[in-house]
Amino acid sequence: MTRVLLFGRLSDIAGWREKILDPSPARLSDLRALLTADDAALGEALAAPGVQVALDQVLVRDDAALSPRSEVAFLPPMSGG
Amino acid sequence: MISLTDQGFDPGPLLSGFCRGRAETGAVASFTGLARAEGGETKILELEAYPGFTEAQIGAIAETARTRFDLQDLMIVHRIGQIAPGEPIVFVATAAAHRRAASEACDYLMDYLKSRAPFWKKEHGPDGARWIEPRAQDHEDIARWA
Repeated sequence: MTRVLLFGRLSDIAGWREKILDPSPARLSDLRALLTADDAALGEALAAPGVQVALDQVLVRDDAALSPRSEVAFLPPMSGG
Repeated sequence: MISLTDQGFDPGPLLSGFCRGRAETGAVASFTGLARAEGGETKILELEAYPGFTEAQIGAIAETARTRFDLQDLMIVHRIGQIAPGEPIVFVATAAAHRRAASEACDYLMDYLKSRAPFWKKEHGPDGARWIEPRAQDHEDIARWA
């Protein structure tokens, strides 16, 4: 299973914050395709510039293989302070 | 020390505590950020973090500052959850041998917290809620340190 987390405006667009996908998609690109097929608006928002991806709490820039216990977080532009 | 809290905090005692027992420090700089009401447009500010990841990313920013400015110590306290206008949202303190390093490090940490730390900020106002994203100014601020 893969745990998917959405932050900021992404969770408002999707209507959820956390989702478990079982079985796990093989790769990050497969996960994106799956989420996009399910919700085109979310797919578009995930692909927008400035949205970063953390795989098991480490930022990744490219496609990556998912393990059966991956945590994938989609992070829109950050704004603290 | 880096901490995230969903409780309000008083910057005064934090600063006093940070200054205590520092015979060799010379300079402590601090910054306190308060939530703005924006002329009534913001009733409540809501801050979301990614537990574990947010602390780790801030830790990495802090380590870079520690080396770059030769800091002896630093402290970062950041609110999460719901924050009312006028309440402290962030507190940063830095300790160094001399004042320039302490104040520059404080400025550096704030620039990075504004647009590189994993927080997402939502403004709840009279016309509903909206997510705040970094402004062009925030990107320019961080570019100063390149």
